Amino acid sequence: MSAVPPAEEPLPAPAVQNRRWIPRLVWMVPIAAAVVGISLLIRSWQSEGPQITIKFLSGEGVQVGKTQVKYRDVTVGRVSAVELSADHQTVLVSADLSKDAASLLKEDAQFWIVRPRVGVGSVSGLETLLSGAYIGIKSGTAPRHERQFVGLENPPALPHGPRGRELELRAARAGSLAIGAPVYFRQFQVGRVIDENLLQDGSTRVTVFVEAPYDGFVKPVTRFWNASGIDVRLGANGLNVQTESLAAVLAGGLAFDDGPTEAGLAAATGIPGQFILYKNETEAMAPPDGEPHYVRMRFAQSLRGLEVGAPVEFVGVDIGSVVAVDLGYETRDKSFPVIVTAKLYPRRMGQAYEVLAAQGKTESDETLAAFVGTLVNRGLRAQPRSASLLTGNVYIALDFMAASPRAAFDASIRPLELPTVNGSFQELEAGVGRLVKKVNDLPLEQIAADLHTDLTDLHETLSALHTRALPAAVDALLALHRTLDSADRTLSVESPLQRDLAETLSQTRSTLQAVRELADYLDRHPDALLRGRRAQKMPTETATSSSGAPP
Amino acid sequence: MRPLQQSHELGLSVCRTCGLVVSQASLGIDRRCPRCQSRIEQRTPFSTEMTLAWLIAGVVFYVPANLLPVMHTSGLLGETDSTILGGILEFWRAGDWDIALLIFIASVAVPFTKFIAIALLLVTVRKSSRWEQHQRTVLYRIVEFIGYWSMLDVIVVALTSALMQFQVLGTAEPRPGIAFFCAVVVVTMLSALSFDARLIWDRPA
Repeated sequence: MSAVPPAEEPLPAPAVQNRRWIPRLVWMVPIAAAVVGISLLIRSWQSEGPQITIKFLSGEGVQVGKTQVKYRDVTVGRVSAVELSADHQTVLVSADLSKDAASLLKEDAQFWIVRPRVGVGSVSGLETLLSGAYIGIKSGTAPRHERQFVGLENPPALPHGPRGRELELRAARAGSLAIGAPVYFRQFQVGRVIDENLLQDGSTRVTVFVEAPYDGFVKPVTRFWNASGIDVRLGANGLNVQTESLAAVLAGGLAFDDGPTEAGLAAATGIPGQFILYKNETEAMAPPDGEPHYVRMRFAQSLRGLEVGAPVEFVGVDIGSVVAVDLGYETRDKSFPVIVTAKLYPRRMGQAYEVLAAQGKTESDETLAAFVGTLVNRGLRAQPRSASLLTGNVYIALDFMAASPRAAFDASIRPLELPTVNGSFQELEAGVGRLVKKVNDLPLEQIAADLHTDLTDLHETLSALHTRALPAAVDALLALHRTLDSADRTLSVESPLQRDLAETLSQTRSTLQAVRELADYLDRHPDALLRGRRAQKMPTETATSSSGAPP
Repeated sequence: MRPLQQSHELGLSVCRTCGLVVSQASLGIDRRCPRCQSRIEQRTPFSTEMTLAWLIAGVVFYVPANLLPVMHTSGLLGETDSTILGGILEFWRAGDWDIALLIFIASVAVPFTKFIAIALLLVTVRKSSRWEQHQRTVLYRIVEFIGYWSMLDVIVVALTSALMQFQVLGTAEPRPGIAFFCAVVVVTMLSALSFDARLIWDRPA
């Protein structure tokens, strides 16, 4: 405006007024730009979700700005930073989540890195081979929200919980179970192993998830057992092979079924939702053993072949097992007895136990010891017996041996000490010894000497045969051979005899022919005997004329 | 350098459309060019004001253009939203420093230089400064010229999203950032266009 010369001022006055507001409209542009920019800012600020930090042991495959956070395979955020923790022990992964994902961030939400995983039972995360790893979320149920999490190193078995029931199993050892191993109910897969923990007391806690509607099959009487591997049993009924599925053979697995339903045997551990995991189906289905009672036995003999875990049988029924085999020392006679400790389950004695229980004799150790005392007085003895001659395994048999000498029994010693007798395999040994002695007593040398003389005689006879009889026989055979040879030559086709014979025969044949002709002639011309033979031409002429006449 | 005489000192005006030089006295009240009938102004009216307005709009648009993603690519290797600066960094990290440099110059350096250059011109004109008048004119010419070349990004995104449509294998889609970037380029071009370079030479009255 300053450039306009003053002299021009009066003239353009109306024009300037006319146009004054139009160029001012240009200010709408920056204002509009600012409005758009600010609205964008507000929108992004509004849609800005929470930022979370997850602790992982390793940041393998996690990339800033690339790695996504996914919930049920839907992207809800992105990794914004990856850094080491102050103590360099963990990796802190920061992620910006979208606003709608904020409600997922419960206190017990779980985070894990999804990488390709190939196991025997399952293959997962293959899509991440190309797209790179991502972080998975499983929302929790806790009421409180959280921004700091500790990530899982392995993905949870059930990322997005289907409906069902979680159960806790206790086992002495988990066997070959792996997380994700199948759970079978009558050969049907109804769930998975979702967690395994080693508890403070050294036992294993296996958490399984049984999906709805199959969770209804889990009742208080349900027994769980380890279905890993193949159960091959050679019994009286032949070979029995049992397995749940091929996958269970490879990856391990669990199976459950209703246990024996008698009242009182229910409630395995007494805690609802907690069960005992048995080693195999047989063990699972066996009635519960109750509290074991320990007994001790002293054997004054070698117990080679007796292993810890060997059965203790009462009249042929397995009622316990050997828990320890120790070498003792008897100062009295400087002997080394073998001390066997075994645990016995009185409940396994069946009806006897029930009768005892009815009499109240199982309530305390004392009454039980007294009962055992009476049994000992009736001849109850422990005896090592050979279970198998092939393997040399030995078991302990508790049996009534009426013939055994009376044994002292002190009912006050704990653990109870059972009187013993020496094992049956010692008797077997003695028998074998006697057999060996008999063999030893045999006059083997005499027999050998006699045999030797006999053999010498035989040899002599044979050599006489060889020197005298054999040459004669050979001569005779040669003579026979020569005779046969000449006979053969005489009879052969080329021999003169043969030729002469053939000639003679042919001459005889022609003679006979001539005689037959004569006979024929005489037959037709008997007169020839008187008149002699006529000219030969006659009959041929008549024959030709007669044959030539008809034409 | 001897100060040149200016047109108004000679009582002359020039038609910016057809280049006809007319004496100011001969112009009518509507200041029409006797040859092409376009309006003859001594100086473009509201030039600095409009330039400033467009410039501010450009600067405002420049913020979302750089913050928002310009392109979304998805394919077998996942999906990514790329911003201009992110793309440059990616190229640089991948070792394609030449491409990174090209994009940096075209998309970051040039618009930024334009803002500064136009702002510099506006400030000096407002102060009627006589500092480096010749160089400032050259600067204005450069700003006007490079305006067209700033559309590189827009063209890249347009071409890529038009050509890269392989469904599962890979697709590219434009994202709002590129619209803002386009707006930055257009608005700064308008800003440069509405600047009357003759103001550089005007002496204070």
